Amino acid sequence: MRGAAATLRHELIGLSGVLERNAYLVKRYVWWELAFFVWSLANTLTIVFIAKGIHAAGGKLDVDRATTTLLIGAVIWSYLGVVFEILTETVAWERWEGTIEYTFMAPLARPIHLIGMGFFAVIYGVLRTAVLFAVIASFFSLSLGGANFVAALIVLAVASVSFIGIGMMTAVLPLISPEKGMQMGFIAQGILLVISGVYYSVSVLPQWMQWLSTISPATYALRGIRHAILDGYGVGAVWSDIWPLIVIGAVSIPAGLWIFGVGERHAKRHGKLKRSG
Amino acid sequence: MTAVEVHNLRKEFLRRDAERSGLRRRRRRVPALEDVTFSMERGECVAILGQNGSGKSTLVRLLSTLLLHDGGSAHVFGHDVFRQPRAVQRLVNRVSVEASFFKKMSSTENLSYAARFYGMSSRETKERIPEILGRVGFPEKRRHESMEHLSRGMQQKVSLARALLTSPVLLLLDEPTTGLDPRSKLEVQDFIREVWASHDATILLCTHDLAEAEVLADRVGILDRGRLLCLEPVDQLKERFRSETLEEAFFAATGREFEQENEDEDAERGVFA
Repeated sequence: MRGAAATLRHELIGLSGVLERNAYLVKRYVWWELAFFVWSLANTLTIVFIAKGIHAAGGKLDVDRATTTLLIGAVIWSYLGVVFEILTETVAWERWEGTIEYTFMAPLARPIHLIGMGFFAVIYGVLRTAVLFAVIASFFSLSLGGANFVAALIVLAVASVSFIGIGMMTAVLPLISPEKGMQMGFIAQGILLVISGVYYSVSVLPQWMQWLSTISPATYALRGIRHAILDGYGVGAVWSDIWPLIVIGAVSIPAGLWIFGVGERHAKRHGKLKRSG
Repeated sequence: MTAVEVHNLRKEFLRRDAERSGLRRRRRRVPALEDVTFSMERGECVAILGQNGSGKSTLVRLLSTLLLHDGGSAHVFGHDVFRQPRAVQRLVNRVSVEASFFKKMSSTENLSYAARFYGMSSRETKERIPEILGRVGFPEKRRHESMEHLSRGMQQKVSLARALLTSPVLLLLDEPTTGLDPRSKLEVQDFIREVWASHDATILLCTHDLAEAEVLADRVGILDRGRLLCLEPVDQLKERFRSETLEEAFFAATGREFEQENEDEDAERGVFA
């Protein structure tokens, strides 16, 4: 019992080390953070203005609803990008800085390492997304009085588990392919962007893409969050979007850990667990 | 007590040929370590001498649990390196030729998070980090400066501090003074000597610096093209090869000058070093 408590303490301290390191990096790269935030802001604004653009061009649509729909899509996509990016950096950034060997030879359980990265990604991503949402919303006179932000946050929190699981799967790519891994991660992200209904309903997709959309957690996250914010739905009303997220999360986390483990063994066998250059 | 026991350790890497066979490049196996056998007693300092591409770094990376072997066995304080990596990781730390830090972060920040991975709480590191940085002669006023602003010698001192912070019982030093100016080199060597004398540490020093091996190690091994040719105290080594100097002994053992490198083979093997 005492041994188990000591092990748990050791792992929790290790997890705090992952959070601590990432917090230092955010602090030290604060100007980069600011630059990326401004870029995300400009990018999101460009997308959200599309609704007004269509209206100005004579298209018939509920501008407020379309604006909010696009806003949610762009902001959640930005959140997903942050989570994936941070998890992919588990390997890529460490390889670039040369610390990869020191981290991977430390007595830190890999699930704790990856969950720590995921945990940081979610904390950082939620804060960044909330600020982004607030700033963009201030550009438009959107009426969000009926929005159920608590339910939206719950959907996001549940979806984040699945995002972390998928992020773990993409994090392995730079491990097994130092030169192309990061870029292969972008492909996985791009596929999610197309099939998950980020800026449109998945019903407009070809049938085979609609089938694919059912295994993307982003599909349920976006639909649930949109219902919560646009229609004021509570947790009960968006349960049909929450339970698939729970199922995908329950599968993707163990699958992500397993895939990363396989990738790590491959890297150790072929000498790829080393710094660049 | 045996600290390190390596028996017939073998490691090969796949290498793609420059020439294509059909659409694909042919692959072949290149040995990095071939049946390496040796042991180290607790508290001993052993130096492994070898040129670039001789397999020194492969040996260190195998013992650091960063590589999986292709044959043989390796044990650290009785723990199988490949079957019980977590147990080995708790006992081992390392200093490599590149200091390897998050360069925008300070020395204190780099040491702090790294120590957490070894289970050290913030209360422990608050006391230990200034103490250990003081011991390696790192100036107090620079402890919050980014690593990128520090000299190579200074970075290597922080690297030593990082390794010692976790109190490893086996310290793996992979060319720790390569590329340092003479003064920094002497300082790092002095510190290694001090650590060895004051800590209950076993040290495996891989180097191509003959003088460094001679002054620091109890026994010196010669690793050539993945094969450990001998491992003996320097005097016995010189006696065996009837040599006046370690360099002559190296030449007699390998049939090559120490600085002479077989360009083709070493370029090929160098990718693993």
